Amino acid sequence: MNRATFPHRLLPWLLVAPQLAISFVFFYWPAVQALRQSTLREDAFGLKTQFVGLANFRRVLSDPAYVNSIQVTAVFSVLTAFFSMAIALLLAVQAEKVVRGKGFYRTLMIWPYAVAPAIAGMLWLFMFNPSFGTLAWPLRQLGITWDPLLNGSQAMTLVVAAASWKQISYNFLFFVAGLQAIPRSLLEAAAIDGAGSARRFWTIVFPLLAPTTFFLLVVNTVYALFDTFGIIHAVTGGGPGKSTETLVYKVYNDGFVNLILGESAAQSVILMVIVISLTAFQFKYVERRVHYG
Amino acid sequence: MIRKDFLAASAMVLALQATGAAAQTEISWWHAMTGANSEVVEKIASDFNASQSDYKVMPVFKGTYPETLNAGIAAFRAGQAPDIIQVFDVGTGVMMAAEGAIMPVADVLSMSGATFDKSKYLPGIVAYYSKPDGTMLSFPYNSSSPILYYNKDIFEKAGLDADTPPKTWNEVWDMSKKIKESGAAECGYTSTWLTWIHLENFAAWNDVSYATNENGLADVNAELKINEPIFVNHFQAIADLAKEGVFRYGGRTSEAKQIFLAGECGIFTESSGGLGDIVKSGMNYGIGQMPYDTDAGGPQNTTPGGASLWVMGGKSDETYAGVASFFGYLSQVEVQEYLHQTSGYLPVTLEAYEATKASGFYDENPGREVPITQMMGKEPTANSKGVRLVNLPQVRDIQNEEFEKMLAGEQTAQQALDNAVERGNEAIKQAIGG
Repeated sequence: MNRATFPHRLLPWLLVAPQLAISFVFFYWPAVQALRQSTLREDAFGLKTQFVGLANFRRVLSDPAYVNSIQVTAVFSVLTAFFSMAIALLLAVQAEKVVRGKGFYRTLMIWPYAVAPAIAGMLWLFMFNPSFGTLAWPLRQLGITWDPLLNGSQAMTLVVAAASWKQISYNFLFFVAGLQAIPRSLLEAAAIDGAGSARRFWTIVFPLLAPTTFFLLVVNTVYALFDTFGIIHAVTGGGPGKSTETLVYKVYNDGFVNLILGESAAQSVILMVIVISLTAFQFKYVERRVHYG
Repeated sequence: MIRKDFLAASAMVLALQATGAAAQTEISWWHAMTGANSEVVEKIASDFNASQSDYKVMPVFKGTYPETLNAGIAAFRAGQAPDIIQVFDVGTGVMMAAEGAIMPVADVLSMSGATFDKSKYLPGIVAYYSKPDGTMLSFPYNSSSPILYYNKDIFEKAGLDADTPPKTWNEVWDMSKKIKESGAAECGYTSTWLTWIHLENFAAWNDVSYATNENGLADVNAELKINEPIFVNHFQAIADLAKEGVFRYGGRTSEAKQIFLAGECGIFTESSGGLGDIVKSGMNYGIGQMPYDTDAGGPQNTTPGGASLWVMGGKSDETYAGVASFFGYLSQVEVQEYLHQTSGYLPVTLEAYEATKASGFYDENPGREVPITQMMGKEPTANSKGVRLVNLPQVRDIQNEEFEKMLAGEQTAQQALDNAVERGNEAIKQAIGG
């Protein structure tokens, strides 16, 4: 019964209108287009169109390359989400301990977030390019045959590193905020009772950070699934072989490089279903275990 | 009534303004040239613009060859297609299949009163960019042919004769091993475009079939033949050398050029169009003919690579007149000579070739005639007219994926080529709607 707050009937709609417009133009309309396109077979230029029902979906799901892409995506997302969150948490905890120049360190930590994914990819590519990379040379001196152009796991390592590095800043920011919300008194009481710093972290800090961690888990999964296209495009282009071809990259590759638009659209529809169910699952099951203090 | 008059008057004013602004017709040209070659594009466009005042050609860089093609297709679908688009050789099949989207160059020229005199152009190139009935579809802007480059300093250090480039693949392998073993360079041999050089041109040069139906030229329904023993042996040799570090893989397109320019490998196969950057680097380089396989009957001819300019459909008559005038300019002997001598791409007219020859350019720059003699040396056979598949970019992607797995030691050359044939044929069937 909050009617009194908004006596005007139109005002609330007006206020959300910009957001609705953006959602419609950039989310709903393309989604409907993808659904339509996924039932069609079309040549590259769109000169001949034919309705094929679910044939595109059948084709995609029976394609071994698609199954491979699902595996690649799972490995990539889990590794990226894990490393970017674990490293960010470690850095946030360490940054809290710094007495002087806290602000300076924090600013430095947040910096990489301003870097565009493609640029982040290029940075890592330059550092680890087998022929002119600054950091590839010491690797070779250590006796490691560093060749991400041909070695699939090395290529995966490189894209995971670039993708995690870029996301650490964002996670760091949230962890720092989360850490500040933890009551000092709890930590001090535990210290007086004789709990060491590791114990204090695992029994007090970590559980109390759970809401932050959960939020970041959702954000990072979505990031790894969708926002890493630029990095993969710049660093490996999905190769070598198909070893870093994630689902999103395959949508691009089949649609825009190989010009098989129907199948590409079918893949993005499947992706849409995956994301919806993943988010629903996370909120339904994982959230139950989160303690909101 | 007054209102209507007013509207009509203002419409007339607008129309007048519009024609005033269109006194100079702008012609957009999307291209994929980088480095030294993009400077050539800029210079040709600005020279053309300076030579007359009716038209203004505006070159726009759109990324790599595949990226440019995709940008053009996306723009066409959105009704924003450029006037001229540079499409690489393998995109030819894609463009040919899109008859409603493009305007054949022959028609553009005849619309503006000019005629296309085929006999003035290099025959192999014109044939490749024409319909089976002989209608010229696109303008051959930059045609190239794969050649062999070698670093003379590395050759000397390795105790090899710096004036004798390898002629056969076996000689390439032997010399590369020697370069690596002698410590003259970190690796012996690298190559750009494995698909274009080691499959498509390898087949034509050794006169073996790449695909059925004259490599897809006679009929779109083609099946790949690249898992025949001659291909398998060739790729197994590369895979073995890769294991020893004698061959170094750079990437799917022209990334390996960096490796050669950095002086890491002694021998390098790449498009003749890659010459500009090599000259710019100041390296002490030599040029050799594309190597051939001793198991075959000796060198045949190479197929045209590089790219051609396509004119998009549905443009205004002024635009087409401008395009025709620009193509006329491009065909001029001086422009072709400049293009050929600066970039290493082939001259597209016979006159420009003769003029370059007469100027003594080839005597001063030995090796620069190689890409032309390679392509024109012999009458093409059914195996060496070129490769045309409706989805060649996709087929190349498949081949590259299999090569990468092979070079990483995950499969043999036989497995890689068998997979490439099986997956490639499946993709071709799907693309032609089978």
